[in-house]
Amino acid sequence: MNSIKFLYAAYIATWLIHALYLGTMVRRYSRLRQQKKNLGTGGK
Amino acid sequence: MSSLRSITLATLAKDIRLEWRSKDAINSMLFFSLLVVVIFSFSFDPNAEESRQIAGGLIWVAFLFAAVVALNQTWARELRNQVLDAYRVSPAPANALFTAKVLGNFFLVSLLEALMAPLFMIFYNLRALGPAWQLIPVALLGTWALVVNGTFFAAMSLRTRSREIMLPLLLFPISIPAVQSMVEATRIILSGDGAARFWIVLLLTYDVVFTTACLALFETVLQAE
Amino acid sequence: MKRVFPILAVLTGLLLAYAFYEAIWVAPMERTMGDVQRIFYYHVPSAWTAFLLFFVNLIASVIYLIRKNAKADAVAVVSAEVGVVFCTVVLVTGPIWARPVWGIWWTWDLRLTTTLVLWLIYVSYLMLRRFSDSSQTPKLAAVLAIFGALDVPLVYFSIWFFRTQHPQPVIGGGGSIDPRMLHVLLINWLAFSCFAFLLSWARYRLEWLQREVEEAQALESLLGDGLAAPTRAPLDKTSSRTGPQ
Repeated sequence: MNSIKFLYAAYIATWLIHALYLGTMVRRYSRLRQQKKNLGTGGK
Repeated sequence: MSSLRSITLATLAKDIRLEWRSKDAINSMLFFSLLVVVIFSFSFDPNAEESRQIAGGLIWVAFLFAAVVALNQTWARELRNQVLDAYRVSPAPANALFTAKVLGNFFLVSLLEALMAPLFMIFYNLRALGPAWQLIPVALLGTWALVVNGTFFAAMSLRTRSREIMLPLLLFPISIPAVQSMVEATRIILSGDGAARFWIVLLLTYDVVFTTACLALFETVLQAE
Repeated sequence: MKRVFPILAVLTGLLLAYAFYEAIWVAPMERTMGDVQRIFYYHVPSAWTAFLLFFVNLIASVIYLIRKNAKADAVAVVSAEVGVVFCTVVLVTGPIWARPVWGIWWTWDLRLTTTLVLWLIYVSYLMLRRFSDSSQTPKLAAVLAIFGALDVPLVYFSIWFFRTQHPQPVIGGGGSIDPRMLHVLLINWLAFSCFAFLLSWARYRLEWLQREVEEAQALESLLGDGLAAPTRAPLDKTSSRTGPQ
């Protein structure tokens, strides 16, 4: 049935949204880590 | 209690006097409102039957935009002259300032509406099929709903980047139930289709809830700037 | 504490996988909608989780206004953000579900529309936090959260009455639910709640790290660089270290 595509779409969309959010968190985390490291050596 | 009233009235009188003398803001806002009506009329050109259904929405959206333009300049004068700092250190209750601002904005926006409404009636050939007098409480309560929250959020937006866009960003979501009530009530009154009573009561409830909230929390916002 | 997080993450992952299995294979097929109805097991738990998170935000905001507790403010930011993420999931899965079932993407469904308004309010909350430069931003945001909370019942009523005047389809069905479906629903809710908790915890740690770094940077530009403080980058490496090391 064609409507099964919508089921896939919904589940994929859900995890896509969560993955995007996790991605932004990881990126911010690594950037902050970098900034923290720079702190001791003369500031950014 | 009487000092609250006298400060409020004094602030309000000062604002009206200043506005009357310069007429800057008023003139540009009047013209803006006129432009909005004309553009809407070009864009949505319904026949008589349809127009009664959608005019409520069109009119209130136009009022909403005109109100935002008016609200954005609410605190501009105070900011320019460091009046807010003076207020913060004075023993005057913050609510007096807030109430004066809200009343001033209410008169200003009502003036704009009084100009725009007849124009809409002309362009859309509007005639109320229901009890037209009910449009008055709808207009009063609806305008108050927009203005009380708008003045409050204008104060909150003072120390933000892109201050002018911040006001509608904050105001529009919170105003959704009020706007829906205004639009539906107007539609019902114009098309004579049912009773607008529920929406008027909801508007009244909205006004009471948010006026209380604004009065209770304005001090916090004023100090927070 | 640091070891708990990975363990919890693995457990949550397993729980989510199990919940997924239950939703797709174990739950009985719905009579009228067919397999598409299984979206329900993702749509509803996300909604409940989002509402719970927004409620946490409200409590944290009130606590902040009363106690000025920085932790409460951090919890407020975190719960608002994660809440918006889950809310987005609800708003995306809702129309995806509605389209094959009702043929239209959007109806002014009571719960979905209330969710939309909540999403708008909280996105405006996040915008205020991002655009506000004042040191008092947490206080302003807390006030906005209270306004949002006051608005929600009004939103609910206005949409409810609107729908009695303009009858529209109800997404997600109403009425009683098959106990086997309820079982799968609750498992998914548990799984997503754990996931939300993990996301919030990670975001919370991120928030503290950010505040730490910002404070340290501010301190450094005050003590270390003196004249070069505005640019925060010393013009000449040799001239910057005049203060205490």
